[in-house]
Amino acid sequence: MSFSDSPTLEVKDLKTYFFTKGGIARAVDGVSFSVGRGKVLGLVGESGSGKTVTGFSILGLVDEPGRVVSGEILYRGENLVSASMGRMRELRGLNISMIFQDPMMTLNPVLRIDTQMIEAIQAHEKISKDDARQRARDVLGQVGIASPDERLRAYPHQFSGGMRQRVAIAIALLNKPDLIVADEPTTALDVTIQGQILYEVQKLCSQTGTALIWITHDLSVVAGLADDICVMYAGRIVEQGSVNSVLDNPRHPYTHGLISSVPSRNRRGVPLAQIPGMAPSLLKLPKGCSFGPRCPQVTADCGIIPNISMLDKGRQLRCHNPLDALVSPKLKD
Amino acid sequence: MTIIENNPELMAEDRNDEENYEGAQTPLRRFLSDFCEARLAVFGFFIILVIALVAIMAPFIAPTDPYNLATVSILDSRLEPGEAMMSGTIAYLGTDGAGRDMVSAMIYGLRISLGVGIGSGIIAMLIGISFGLLSAYAGGKIDSVFMRIVDIQLSFPAILVALVLLVTLGKGVDKTIIALVVVQWAYYARTIRGTALVERRREYIESAVCLGLSKNRIMFRHLLPNCLAPMIVVGTMQIAHAISLEATLSFLGLGMPQTEPSLGRLISNGFEYILSGKYWISVYPGIALLITIVSINLVGDRLRDVLNPRLQK
Repeated sequence: MSFSDSPTLEVKDLKTYFFTKGGIARAVDGVSFSVGRGKVLGLVGESGSGKTVTGFSILGLVDEPGRVVSGEILYRGENLVSASMGRMRELRGLNISMIFQDPMMTLNPVLRIDTQMIEAIQAHEKISKDDARQRARDVLGQVGIASPDERLRAYPHQFSGGMRQRVAIAIALLNKPDLIVADEPTTALDVTIQGQILYEVQKLCSQTGTALIWITHDLSVVAGLADDICVMYAGRIVEQGSVNSVLDNPRHPYTHGLISSVPSRNRRGVPLAQIPGMAPSLLKLPKGCSFGPRCPQVTADCGIIPNISMLDKGRQLRCHNPLDALVSPKLKD
Repeated sequence: MTIIENNPELMAEDRNDEENYEGAQTPLRRFLSDFCEARLAVFGFFIILVIALVAIMAPFIAPTDPYNLATVSILDSRLEPGEAMMSGTIAYLGTDGAGRDMVSAMIYGLRISLGVGIGSGIIAMLIGISFGLLSAYAGGKIDSVFMRIVDIQLSFPAILVALVLLVTLGKGVDKTIIALVVVQWAYYARTIRGTALVERRREYIESAVCLGLSKNRIMFRHLLPNCLAPMIVVGTMQIAHAISLEATLSFLGLGMPQTEPSLGRLISNGFEYILSGKYWISVYPGIALLITIVSINLVGDRLRDVLNPRLQK
């Protein structure tokens, strides 16, 4: 991990809890990570592991009954947790933007694309409508939409899913943000379009120095895109490090399980490895390590929540009984 | 900086899209063709158009001016349909107790009934939309307070509230409109709150928040247009309701004054003569009222079917 120059975003011991009638759901429980300029961080985990809530916390979008309980979210040194509503509004869309999962839903169905793009620009800048339209047109071209002039005048329902996600990405890029939080943006798309979008996004990040947090459950996407990876389970990061080291050599039994359950063409006909059991309810987390009940390596030690241990090359691990460095499931091909 | 140049897959997708793009119906065109599938609703719509035209053009169409006390003569009172009045004009639908030509009185009465109905409907809708939208968007305490007010409002029968208000305020067009607005706004507020609560959870609202747009902009430019379909339906039905409520109030002697009779007032005027065989004073305004309300309801029914996403094919 390259932490040499100061990171664009640094999250320190973030805790976002939901105070529901059934009890406190610790959706994010002490998460720390950082993303540098032009870097891509993959945030991986099963459904309900707290990936999306982490993303929402960064943008200050956590709604009642949820709230950021403690921790710091430092965007270029500025703590977003304590930032005012007005300051957050300035930052959103201008410095930090978000791409959502479902492109069918993220564009307002009753407004034309140009209206939506122009107002996104004008919300942050005093700029004439024509100049704003010009910029919108350029950005649409940039994300690979043919004949952007014509497309600007269209309504969202006139676009296919892939085109819509491109438009959503274009809107996120309009104000040249330093940080983009992408919440499973390619999950709803087919593989060829997913490939194109990944390629575009990767190129953009390296060209413009935008930091990217890519939230996904798809390990193969992270493998090809991210520089660093955080594996989340039940609100905590269980393993963290550079993509190559974590995926080639997972030390946490959960990471190992995730990687082994990715289908591969080399093992056709062989039953897929599964992680037994289900992700626990956040309201009824097991005592100690929350992965304990599903873990093949579980021992008596696991009754206590393991601390984060630092390994070499910036790798972090939260496990009492890490796997050997030699056990390496094959993800690639 | 073009990131993808001539990617064949992308071009193929664009071409596909282009076809959809050309062939795609705009939502408005789809809505119109759906609406026109029901003959009865189209018929109702044309009747409304005719009624509205007649009401708007009243001074040019009506044979006499029923408000001009200089020309209205008591000697013409209760003429049978088809008889000639003192001025020589033939009263095709007879005259009422004050000597007004029924055709003219009905045309002017229609004008007042429609004006009061639509006017109060629009004002109530604006108030209802503001309260309902704010309630749904702000949530929490504001929502609870507004919606309890709505609950209280709706727990009283509309006619009772309107009667009490009109007894206190007195007669007149403006006062009738005020009473009808007070009675109706809560329906609009509750309807739009329900829709807006669903719509504000949609991702496009969240993404608008993510773009840093202001609250007003999100509420009125993003949320409101997406909540309008049910408002059109409720609005149509409520206007019909307002017209009949105004007729009821006028019939009971409140609402419109004797000098500017609405349809309800005309019915009430004729009521005292109906048992002496002079049916036309009550019956013809009654038929006009019936046709108006039925046509509006036919259109409203169809709108509800067309705009209901659950019934969409």
